[in-house]
Amino acid sequence: MIGTYEIVSIVLSILVLVGIKLMSSPKTAVQGNRIGAMAMLAAVIVVLAYNGIIDVPLLWLAIFVGGVIGYIMAMRVKMIQMPQMVALLNGLGGGASALVALVEIFERYKQMTLFGRLTGQLALAVGAVTFSGSLIAAAKLDRRISQRPIILKNHGLISNAVLLIIILLIITASVANISGIGFIAIITAFLALAYGVLFAIRVGGADMPITISLLNSFSGLAGAICGFTIEDPLLVAVGAIVGASGLILTQIMCGAMNRSLVDILSGSQLNPGINKKEATPQEKVIDVEKTPVTAKKSPAKSPAEILKTAKKVVIVPGYGMAIAQAQSQVKALYDTLESQGKEVKFAIHPVAGRMPGHMNVLLAEVDVPYDKLCEMDAINPEFSETDVAIVVGACDVINPAANTAEGTPIYGMPVLKVEEAKNVIVCNLDTKPGYSGVKNSLYELPNVHLLLGNAADTVKELVESIKQ
Amino acid sequence: MKEMFLIIIFIVASLLGYRVIKEVPSLLHTPLMSGTNAISGVTILGSLVSTAYAVSSGSKFLGFIAIVLATINLVGGFVVTDRMLKMFKS
Repeated sequence: MIGTYEIVSIVLSILVLVGIKLMSSPKTAVQGNRIGAMAMLAAVIVVLAYNGIIDVPLLWLAIFVGGVIGYIMAMRVKMIQMPQMVALLNGLGGGASALVALVEIFERYKQMTLFGRLTGQLALAVGAVTFSGSLIAAAKLDRRISQRPIILKNHGLISNAVLLIIILLIITASVANISGIGFIAIITAFLALAYGVLFAIRVGGADMPITISLLNSFSGLAGAICGFTIEDPLLVAVGAIVGASGLILTQIMCGAMNRSLVDILSGSQLNPGINKKEATPQEKVIDVEKTPVTAKKSPAKSPAEILKTAKKVVIVPGYGMAIAQAQSQVKALYDTLESQGKEVKFAIHPVAGRMPGHMNVLLAEVDVPYDKLCEMDAINPEFSETDVAIVVGACDVINPAANTAEGTPIYGMPVLKVEEAKNVIVCNLDTKPGYSGVKNSLYELPNVHLLLGNAADTVKELVESIKQ
Repeated sequence: MKEMFLIIIFIVASLLGYRVIKEVPSLLHTPLMSGTNAISGVTILGSLVSTAYAVSSGSKFLGFIAIVLATINLVGGFVVTDRMLKMFKS
């Protein structure tokens, strides 16, 4: 039962694991990724040789076309576009798995065992959901369609009905030996595509990190199930590893937003427009628009003066920094402060940005040393001994209301405790609430200075002012 | 038997994967995601075999598309991950 191919599969799977293991440190990560790539290349060659299909020109043509497109896409994409790029690639992987399953069903259904039929239909469905869901997510992230959740009438009911029909079709096509199987498979595929769309359109911008992580897990799962159908242990193993990876990231993201996966999937708590009105009784908000927040407090010292005397500074970037493209200005701020002999660190919230770890990549791109990028749990105890915390385009992830405002979407969400710093400078566009719709109580505190406007400009001005 | 073997492989790989990936710091979560995403292009293995053995031209065509998509996933994912990881300097 365990022949050459199985052994090779196990070896290559271990190689993939070693590659991922090396990705736990920035020092070895480049190497780890390349080991993963080499393992995949080896796997392709092994499969071609083992099946005696290495001389089929059609296959090479397809590999060539895909390789060129993939390479061009990867070289041209900007770091800021990484979330949509990952979503898109993810979708293509899912689509490929669905197509493989479809081909298998068309070609081999009659000879398949119950197991093969079941997994084939399942791979088709999961792959198709991944495909359409990821494309919608990518379009949202790329702002081709609205980032707001789009909710249809009876949205939950429709998706559940679609899901139920998919399940029934899968069972029917697996158990009964029916003749119109191709037709059923195509219907299953279309329903699964529809389900992916229904699932992804009601997810809003800031919930995207969770959605992408989940779809990432799905794409691995689709591959693994596909491996069951064609009885390929390598596909099963590697697909399972990717599935696990996506699942961990999903868990981390959910934890960091204090959301359960069920909430995200069912779309509950996902309508900030409604939540804002219904769920913020605790806030007793003075209408943000009417409060002359900037004029309200005129602290004794200007931000520049505070920064000049500061010894320890923590910079807190958020998605607003990415939108304003203020990374270089933030780097300039970092350099200036550092050159004045201050200790400067960055505090990165796990869900800052639009995908896990998004801020780290953007800051690494402008050459901020990675050892200055601190995770939330590591930096939170340090805020009390920090002289100045500088917030750049972050709102929900620093909102102290998360600890107190019961009933709001962000209640219970772990946040960066910037308010514990002696002084806080906020370089945000405005004082409107973040994605959650919950008013930021930080802005009201006496030790907080607001520099409102485009972060690229305000941070630049801040840098100029402390250079003098 | 073959099926049991595959299921065991699935479980073991999931557990091992879970352990290894849990160690990756959030600093590198974006490249981790794009890297594992690239690896999910492993489905190319299935598409190669299915396409080569497909009889009808319709299946061959679908298989061809599957290989193209999986290769974009693989190559695009690895290259973009490489680009990202090279930016991380201390």
